[in-house]
Amino acid sequence: MFEIFGIPSGALFGQLLIGLINGSFYALLSLGLAVIFGMLNIINFSHGAQYMMGAFAAYLMLKYSGLGYWPALIIAPLVVGLTGVIVERVFLQWLYKLDHLYGLLLTFGLALIIEGVARNQLGSAGLPYVVPDALRGGQNLGFMFLPNYRAWVIFASLAVCISTWFVIERTRLGAYLRAATENPTLVRAFGINVPVMITLTYGFGVALAAFAGVMAAPIYNVSPQMGSELIIVVFAVVVIGGMGSILGAIITGFGLGIIEGLTKVFFPEASNTVIFVIMAIVLLVRPAGLFGRRA
Amino acid sequence: MKKTLGLAALAAMLACSAAQAQQVNVKIGVLSDMSSLYADIGGPGSVAAAKLAIADFTKDHPNVKVEMISGDHQNKPDVGSNIANQWYDVDKVDMIIDVPNSGVALAVSQVAATKNRLFIVSGAAASDLTGPKCNADTIHWTYDTWMLSNGTATAMVKTGGDTWFFLTADYAFGHALERDAGAVVEKNGGKVLGKVRVPLNTNDFSSFLLQAQSSKAKVIGLANAGGDTINSIKQAAEFGIVKGGQKLAGLLVFASDVNALGLPTAQGLSLTETWYWDMNDANRAWTKRWQAERNAAGKYPTMIHAGVYAGILHYLKARLALGGDPDGKTVAEKMKATPTDDILFGKGEIRVDGRKTHPAYLFEVKKPEESKYPGDFYTLKATIPANEAFRPLPEDNCPLVKG
Repeated sequence: MFEIFGIPSGALFGQLLIGLINGSFYALLSLGLAVIFGMLNIINFSHGAQYMMGAFAAYLMLKYSGLGYWPALIIAPLVVGLTGVIVERVFLQWLYKLDHLYGLLLTFGLALIIEGVARNQLGSAGLPYVVPDALRGGQNLGFMFLPNYRAWVIFASLAVCISTWFVIERTRLGAYLRAATENPTLVRAFGINVPVMITLTYGFGVALAAFAGVMAAPIYNVSPQMGSELIIVVFAVVVIGGMGSILGAIITGFGLGIIEGLTKVFFPEASNTVIFVIMAIVLLVRPAGLFGRRA
Repeated sequence: MKKTLGLAALAAMLACSAAQAQQVNVKIGVLSDMSSLYADIGGPGSVAAAKLAIADFTKDHPNVKVEMISGDHQNKPDVGSNIANQWYDVDKVDMIIDVPNSGVALAVSQVAATKNRLFIVSGAAASDLTGPKCNADTIHWTYDTWMLSNGTATAMVKTGGDTWFFLTADYAFGHALERDAGAVVEKNGGKVLGKVRVPLNTNDFSSFLLQAQSSKAKVIGLANAGGDTINSIKQAAEFGIVKGGQKLAGLLVFASDVNALGLPTAQGLSLTETWYWDMNDANRAWTKRWQAERNAAGKYPTMIHAGVYAGILHYLKARLALGGDPDGKTVAEKMKATPTDDILFGKGEIRVDGRKTHPAYLFEVKKPEESKYPGDFYTLKATIPANEAFRPLPEDNCPLVKG
């Protein structure tokens, strides 16, 4: 076993792998944000609250109807995505022509309301949710113990990220969507129902947040503030990747997970600031982000 | 409306001071975290406990008029000290109680000392409040970091857990807990192999747990609270830490945390508390009243809530005995001179440094199959008598003790 900067290589590989796992959460959450910003021009500040709603939906389904993790993984995003559709129809659709700030304020306000209601109804300490039976236990990789659930998180997150990127960048539907954000009037002239498409896109972005929430429920504390703790980091990820760039969000998500993981070994006290330091540097050098297009 | 009430109160006060000497008017402020991570261990539950205490006391002593207000310090020391200033100066609050979050409590304690008004801590843990940062206007009721580490760490070292690695929340409270627990471990012949300072509100502990694992320490001490504790225990189970032979020591675990973890994950965890709702009939009866007042049947009061109740009762006793409108130091002296006795903590005393002493209990979290009803969380393992549960006076470094 050799050493790198005084850390045994085995331990370092372990930390890299853990960084990758955390990165997959960042990627999953920032993907939804990037989709919503890229297609709707809305800075969705309620993304964290919607992530929390996903986790709570999973908990409530288990408690009241006995539906476990696997059904929750499908039903919770659908239900939360539906609330997203309602939010878009009732509020957001009036804001597209206004400054970004209005969308940000609205979604921030919504986030505060959702968190407040959750705290009032279910308390602030958190609720129990266990790892599903099929994913209990783990593999001994020699340099570390990899829980099966974490391996599943990497796999699921990669699958969702790649298919979303593929749909938006490589299919006809994605082409319509991108065209509709560039020039809605022209696309409408071709007989495509642009408002419905936009509504569904927002619903999809919200469903992605809820999906990440269900994925998080077995390993993180399910509490009303779980989203607001994570959302700031995820915003930094999106800014570094380039606002609205889907590939950028995915790659930066994984990359920053790894950098954060290494910081936790070499200088743990800075592990929750390192991402913002990187953000500041990136903004100085490339104001549009690593993968962003200049406006 | 407020004005009329104020005038009425003033009129009543004037009338009474002339006519009847025993009339005592008291105003209490419950300052807590009402809307964030500590809202379940303190927060609205503390307000409910305060209401019960006031109702119980005024029933027997109708000549004591108690008014109560409450506020949210949002876990920010600046917000907390602003509210404390406003309450003491403008709203004429005589005593502030609760204040979870050691950072905020230390700030409010300074305000109390400058204004010479009373402050009773129930929610905060840092033992510095009755140590180097003690003052004559602050009383620390329920628990502190020294007592937590003394209870849990001593028990762990005695049962063979003699090498430790700490996961420490990187702020005043975590540092105090790590320092106190480390001292206890070394005093009992154990060794601290390492520590990692984790930023507050960290979501993912796996990286730190891996470091703890490779340290080969027998015990991983969790010097953190609330969501951080829940996340670290949940993820330790996932990474097979306990199955691999290492033990977890939750240095500050509340019943609400155990509820959030669920017994399958939390079982076997050792922890120290000074009050548990299911320990005797008096506690159970009080819990029923608290649940009714709080309007939350499925929730269980924490030791912090019990401390708010008992603290207010003892305070009101002192106010009744003194009469009039004494300053903070005078009330604190009276409270220290009078032995404490209430249904929740039993008999005890408040020491010269402001430390309230009572027995502490070492609990173990039950296995899921041992738990018979909701809220049936703990098995009592040991009782630490009041005179051993808290830091001895000479080790305090509190200026009040020297002087």
